[in-house]
Amino acid sequence: MPFRMKPVDVVLVGAGLTASVLGKELAEAGHTVVALERGRMRQTVPDFQSPAMHDELKHSIRHALMEDVSVQTLSFRNFPSQRALPMRQLGSFLPGQGVGGAMVHWNGQTWRFQPSWFRLRSWANDKYGKNFLSDEVTIQDWGLTYEELEPYYSFFEHVCGTSGNPYKGGSGGPSNPFEGTRSQPYPNPPMKQSYSGYLFEQAANKLGYHPFPVPSSNVTRHYTNQFGAEFKPCMYCGFCEDYGCEHFAKASPQVAILPFALANKNFELRTESYVTRVNFDAKAKVATGVTYVDARGREVFQPASLVALCAFAHHNPILMLQSGIGTPYDPKTRKGTVGRNYTYQTISGIDVFFDDDKHINPFMGAGALGTAINDFNNGSFDHSGLGFVGGAYIAAYQTNGRPIQYHPVPHGTPRWGLKWKQAVAKYYGSAVHLIVHGSSTPHPNNYLGLDRNYSDAFGNPLGMLTFDFSYNDRLMSNFVTQKAQEIGQAMGGSHVDATWLDEHYSIVPYQTTHNTGGAIMGENPTTSVVNKYLQSWDLHNLWVVGACAYPQNDGYNPTGTLGALAFWAADTLVNKYMRNPGPLVHT
Amino acid sequence: MGRFSRRDLLRTAGAAGAAAAVTHVGESRAQYAPPAYGEQPQHAALPRQPGHPEAATASPIHNENVLFFFNQDEAKFVRAAVDRLIPADEKWGGAEAAGVLYYIDHQLAGAYGAGARMYLKGPWQPDAPYEQGYQLKYSPADLYHVAIAEIRHYVRKQHGNKEFWDLSSDDMDKALKAIESGEAQLSSIPSEVFFETLLANTIEGYFCDPAYGGNRDMVSWRMIGFPGAYAQYVGLVDQFGVNYTREPLSIASSYVRMSEHKQHG
Repeated sequence: MPFRMKPVDVVLVGAGLTASVLGKELAEAGHTVVALERGRMRQTVPDFQSPAMHDELKHSIRHALMEDVSVQTLSFRNFPSQRALPMRQLGSFLPGQGVGGAMVHWNGQTWRFQPSWFRLRSWANDKYGKNFLSDEVTIQDWGLTYEELEPYYSFFEHVCGTSGNPYKGGSGGPSNPFEGTRSQPYPNPPMKQSYSGYLFEQAANKLGYHPFPVPSSNVTRHYTNQFGAEFKPCMYCGFCEDYGCEHFAKASPQVAILPFALANKNFELRTESYVTRVNFDAKAKVATGVTYVDARGREVFQPASLVALCAFAHHNPILMLQSGIGTPYDPKTRKGTVGRNYTYQTISGIDVFFDDDKHINPFMGAGALGTAINDFNNGSFDHSGLGFVGGAYIAAYQTNGRPIQYHPVPHGTPRWGLKWKQAVAKYYGSAVHLIVHGSSTPHPNNYLGLDRNYSDAFGNPLGMLTFDFSYNDRLMSNFVTQKAQEIGQAMGGSHVDATWLDEHYSIVPYQTTHNTGGAIMGENPTTSVVNKYLQSWDLHNLWVVGACAYPQNDGYNPTGTLGALAFWAADTLVNKYMRNPGPLVHT
Repeated sequence: MGRFSRRDLLRTAGAAGAAAAVTHVGESRAQYAPPAYGEQPQHAALPRQPGHPEAATASPIHNENVLFFFNQDEAKFVRAAVDRLIPADEKWGGAEAAGVLYYIDHQLAGAYGAGARMYLKGPWQPDAPYEQGYQLKYSPADLYHVAIAEIRHYVRKQHGNKEFWDLSSDDMDKALKAIESGEAQLSSIPSEVFFETLLANTIEGYFCDPAYGGNRDMVSWRMIGFPGAYAQYVGLVDQFGVNYTREPLSIASSYVRMSEHKQHG
């Protein structure tokens, strides 16, 4: 029998972004909250300090701040008839482990999704007709509009001290003409521009596009957020993604949100605690708490009146499947909801090499230091005759020049030997990379399930990911990559190399940690797991607060939307649900 | 815990036993004097740079040319192979001079070699498609042992019983290409999987912080112009095309960095 803890009002699975938001808001509203984090406590001081933080091998190669797959991983295959095999080491994506989760080692690129993305099915039908897409493009409306979410986007940007144009007290400067209406400007002015961003901007302007500085939660001046958290300005050290920020400049839960939960006597954080199951009463249709393995290795039951799944994106639906909650999605019948509409991000890129010594100085970087155009995201251009929905932004980011991973050479250079080495020496300071950061639409074959051939350290079956790039997303990616190639050519380099989307998605090379879907929100329990408030259709006191809720992933980094959704859900919990628990949407 | 039983001693995780450690704590404490602020710690693993003031103060006890993992033959193979992957040219040393052999040896002797943070449970599928990633049963350490033995066998068969490290540079490159493409058929592993591991570890050892035993004299950082572990470029990032010429900085030079911070406020 598991060891039984004293009941609490709320138990949170995880202690990353969404758990920090819910933990703070619910504790301050007077509810007792326990957050269960599988990793360790981590704080800016002393854990993220120099010189140890500036160690590429430890952090980018050996993944010091990330998930330990020897304990918990998933298996992977490209299509349902293939045999899935375990992800034996990290590669394609890098979930965090430890307090703060993946928002410790993110880059800080803080985008909003476009209004059209929240009602993508209706938007596509209205604009291009019902026969524009095949029935394999299983996009759907979120049940939530941009207008409803907008105040929470703004609130989250103020929590993070996000910088960009327009900003409070600012007098203009180029901004994103293709975003939805905003109620408030960014709280801080944009980042400085790097040389690579300048070269991109010149070329994009020449071609008639609309370049602007990327919205960044690498804070650009001394800043205090609405809770009283203090930030210091970004130092452009070039150790951002994969690293904790030593400067209190990158918004993370421990800088911006979590201290206010930890300061509240209603909030308790338990680290080294792996949640293995959500317990529920099938008759009463309520969750009763969670079972976890604690820091001593004991199995423990934590009873709670409300359970919120706040783990990294795909862990939430996998935990639901392991617990037997809801109907698992079946790709054969296309029925069931848990695991359905897993999506990702469709990434390609252009490398521009200059033969003269440009001194781009790639090491002078920051996670969200970049110049972008948004002319080719979903709502920005006409898809008539193109046969796909979605889009991508194109950006020149200057995040880092850490040399184990960053040593670009033109296509056709040998992979090793003298010629390779000489090309590395020649082009390290004279190359600019453009990313094509594309949307990901769902496909009936792409989903999360369970793999009973492999188990994790606790004896649970591994989650199983089936994913490949869809036809829709291939068309999109090739279309926007060609536009990026034209910009690259206008930048005047001696070599302009396109890296097109791979034939198949691979779990091996790093692409992005933007895993989305699998426990999606929607208007209908037959095609979604949670309603517009992120409340489970099956168990009204189970809430699933993660990027797993996105019915499809837009061509932007997902954290801005995730932060907004977390505050939206927290507001609903505090002001509606906790006062009168029960289903908030009736069908 | 107040009680200390013999039974508890036997249950330590991968350590030699707490009792021995306890008796030594006092001794080592007595001998260890922490460096004053701004002073080099005596045990720092510093890159030797001719003419650099740190070279003279480094402890003679620290010897970065120790092999913990490879036997002599394995070391000969790795030394020769990594220097073909990243050879010397007239200006910049190659992987051998950069200490890549010792970097890889030390990595394989530790957690990385043992497969820490890898999921290594069976069943395995060694012929899995590339997209599904590494699917061998071997930890990195075991992979090196098995692969090097089988590659040496392959090379001896191809080259009249000659070892890899006795071949001409051209023949070494040809052998490496056969290993890279999978054309070199080994009995226990797909040769290309080992090749990719060796290439990745070689690049790590050539470009890593010199504190790890590779990138000696910060040769690769000087070659490309990467300054290392500095903590800020806020005043330079928007001055386009600056030729940045400051001496690169290792994480092992933290005391240097800290005293600089002090000067600059």
